[in-house]
Amino acid sequence: MANAKPRVKLPKSAAKGEIVQIKTLISHKMESGQRVDSKTGEKIPRQIINKFVCAFNGKEVFSADWHGAVSANPYMSFYLKATESGTFEFTWTDDDGSVYTKTAELAVQ
Amino acid sequence: MRRTITAVVLGAGLTVALAGTALTDEKDWGKYQVGDVRSGYTYAKAETRAIQDDDFENPAFLWVDYGEELWGTAEGEAGKSCASCHGDAAESMAEAGASYPVYDEAWGKLMNLEQRINQCREENMRAEPWKWETRELLGMTAYVRHQSSGKPVSVKIDGKAAPFYEKGKESYYQRRGQLDMACSNCHEDNAGGQLRANILSQGQSNGFPTYRLKWQGVGSLHRRFRGCNSQVRAEPFGYGSDEYVNLELFLANRGSGLPVETPAVRN
Repeated sequence: MANAKPRVKLPKSAAKGEIVQIKTLISHKMESGQRVDSKTGEKIPRQIINKFVCAFNGKEVFSADWHGAVSANPYMSFYLKATESGTFEFTWTDDDGSVYTKTAELAVQ
Repeated sequence: MRRTITAVVLGAGLTVALAGTALTDEKDWGKYQVGDVRSGYTYAKAETRAIQDDDFENPAFLWVDYGEELWGTAEGEAGKSCASCHGDAAESMAEAGASYPVYDEAWGKLMNLEQRINQCREENMRAEPWKWETRELLGMTAYVRHQSSGKPVSVKIDGKAAPFYEKGKESYYQRRGQLDMACSNCHEDNAGGQLRANILSQGQSNGFPTYRLKWQGVGSLHRRFRGCNSQVRAEPFGYGSDEYVNLELFLANRGSGLPVETPAVRN
């Protein structure tokens, strides 16, 4: 989906052992597969983001499987404990196989 | 993860249930209330307000960001972008959002923000006008109006705008549709009361284009008008119709002093 644009917000730096909140948002229509085209009567095929993964320095630290009934433009926020500096990589996997990614840095003092 | 839960009141039948239980809370709404005029924000649930309060969490900013991108994109035969003439939107558009619709000499009638954007596209950029409710027009309108965010709504209703204001006012109090209801029957007589599962607001326009959870996206004020008209089983007017632009002016003046909240979040 051409419009899928991920956004991520987290603190630039954190103290060791601090709990940080990570907020993510992606623009996506999350077509449920339940709707029909009002003109042709054809079913509109499902197209949702079915998996969200957050990896830190290459290791998966958080993931979620998404199913039907997740809203359009899904927002996800979660908390992680900061232990070392590194790079977060966020990936969203679409039903059509597309993968949207975003990275963010966290410096731990 | 956010879900929109739609409560369906079974057996409500053909009548619209209007339970006139006005909210009696005396909460201080700060900038969201000016005298008796209350923004839709004050009628929204705490969860909905929380989404609006955080620009990151507010999904409407996906549209605003897109509008910003378009602002700098050259299009049309003239090879110009919005920025070619208007420069930094934060400066040039700082007042626009709070003062539209305005009377336009060339048109001889009112023009709203969407129409101004399209007029500029056609006449100055020589580009195709955007269709209503496209991501482009909503994005640009939201982006432009967002520049006035926090500024009090203040429109001109005197001079040549006066007859159009009167028409808008008349339209507001005109009963219509099979349910024979005027805008005022819900938004003045029963603001704060319940319409099925929803709390009726005063129907202020200061947050449009707005992200509606029900729509799962951003929509224009005219889309909202059309929804309201259909709900009282009246034939809606067209997007950008004179009727709606006149009504838009009346509403803006009715909510004078409320801050522009674009892009707001409502249920």
